Amino acid sequence: MSFAATESATTQSAGDAITPEDLTAQGVKADEAVARYAMMLGDDSLMLAQRLGHWISRAPELEEDIALGNIALDLLGHARFFLTYAGTAWGKTEDDLAYFRDEEEFRSCRLVEQENGDFGRTIARQLVFSYYQYELYRRLVNSTDRTLAAIAAKALKEVEYHQDHATQWTLRLGLGTEESNRRLQEGFDVVWPYIDELFLDVEQVAELGNRAVLPSSLREDTMARVTKALEEAHLTVPDVKPAFGSDRTGRFSEQRGYILAEMQVLARQHPGATW
Amino acid sequence: MTDQEATQQETTGQEYFDHLIEQDSRVEPRDWMPEAYRKTLTRQVSQHAHSEIIGMQPEANWITRAPSLKRKAILMAKVQDEAGHGLYLYSAAETLGTPRDVLNQQLLDGKAKYSSIFNYPARTWADIGAIGWLVDGAAICNQVPLCRASYGPYGRAMVRICKEESFHQRQGWEILYELSNGTPEQKQMAQDAVNRFYGPALQMFGPPDADSPHSQQSMDWKIKRFSNDDLRQRFVDMIVPQVEALGLTLPDPDLKWNEDRGHYDYGELDWEEFFAVIKGQGPCNRQRMQRRREAHREGAWVREAAAAYAEKTSQTAASALIGA
Repeated sequence: MSFAATESATTQSAGDAITPEDLTAQGVKADEAVARYAMMLGDDSLMLAQRLGHWISRAPELEEDIALGNIALDLLGHARFFLTYAGTAWGKTEDDLAYFRDEEEFRSCRLVEQENGDFGRTIARQLVFSYYQYELYRRLVNSTDRTLAAIAAKALKEVEYHQDHATQWTLRLGLGTEESNRRLQEGFDVVWPYIDELFLDVEQVAELGNRAVLPSSLREDTMARVTKALEEAHLTVPDVKPAFGSDRTGRFSEQRGYILAEMQVLARQHPGATW
Repeated sequence: MTDQEATQQETTGQEYFDHLIEQDSRVEPRDWMPEAYRKTLTRQVSQHAHSEIIGMQPEANWITRAPSLKRKAILMAKVQDEAGHGLYLYSAAETLGTPRDVLNQQLLDGKAKYSSIFNYPARTWADIGAIGWLVDGAAICNQVPLCRASYGPYGRAMVRICKEESFHQRQGWEILYELSNGTPEQKQMAQDAVNRFYGPALQMFGPPDADSPHSQQSMDWKIKRFSNDDLRQRFVDMIVPQVEALGLTLPDPDLKWNEDRGHYDYGELDWEEFFAVIKGQGPCNRQRMQRRREAHREGAWVREAAAAYAEKTSQTAASALIGA
């Protein structure tokens, strides 16, 4: 299996890439349909960043504290872009959207809301989600919405590394010891029912045409690559049916409330304050 | 090598070492060095590394609750930097001959110390500001002179670490500035945090010179360049104008400018508490160690898998090379 990364992450710098603050300064304004889509993408990244951030100071090795922290930081960056852009439709900031929406107003998928579990489960979730996000952003760079395309272009480079990280750990754990193989397999078994939701064509995306990427168009490439990684790592593709009950229209996992309770607590104790 | 040759080499080595120190030059890993110098440095550098690692915990405590996305991103990057500092420092310590897993085990077994300041809790968001401003600020005062430490790998690691620490201090100051210019509740939160961290931050420089037995030898070896009390004074002189700019106060009634000395006088610190915290009575000693041990224990199967995989793949690579 080949890895996407050919140069060290340390050689990359922010350079002249756009920042969330630039978006505000440039005065771009999303229409409401695009804003709802941007919010959905931002919510996925925000929830996963929140989950992965919990690993910092708890990872199996110092190198993994850094790696998972880095991935969380990238995802948080993507979330900030998408939410900032979404907010322009309603005159709201990224923080208004992150901290002052209630559970039912978020549009994240259940996969990213799942608990971290052990390192094996986290890696299983990372493999699926980073492959999905890679396929998504690879297409979103062609969006006719220039802001979405620019955000995707920046995020794509980072998600390439996320894929590498997840792939390498899938191989290490899958082929390492009996225990690591068993734990990673369990991880995939747990997250598997929530994969289907990533590929459902909700109306709010379908109506955007060339400005968005149709979720169902990502299924084949994403799953072919996930399946291949599992095979190479001597893991079994779980024989599990998709979980009913969510299509990103406001029905959500039990975990979401806990994530938001923790994330929003301080901001909500001081409404209107700046930090 | 005969005993005589060994003695000869040691004598030559000692002369060369003395010369390097005298010339303010750098001792490098392959140079001969006195055992006591090696031991002192290994202890100091590894304690410094452990402090970075344990120091991640109080700050990581606020990553998931940071009150804005920008603050969350900055804090995440900062805690990640601390892990990076731990890695450079363990690498520097390894050049003295003790492997990282041995050093790590010393920490887990409670045989090695880390900076006592991290045994205090980060209760509020303002504590993240106070830790950045006061704790990282004190660390910078301590560490800038260490960039010139006589041991090359340590000095060079410190150069890089100090650059990042100065960003950390600035973000801490900025957090407190926002709070003290915010709502009355936010300002109070900032003042409470400064009140709690002021004393322990001043104690980061170690006990008063009279009670610091190892200091003189470290100064002779040019590992340490300034005494504990000198560094503490420098820090106090630095933070007084800064706290005024913040619109906050320092919790020390004896703090006042001394015209004759050209420095601020400050009150007696609670050294009884300092030594009690070092001995394990701090609010979070057990909690910090427990978290580190848990992470290590729960990660064991992952490290074993990585080692097994590396072994298997190197065998595959070897078989491919010999055409087996």
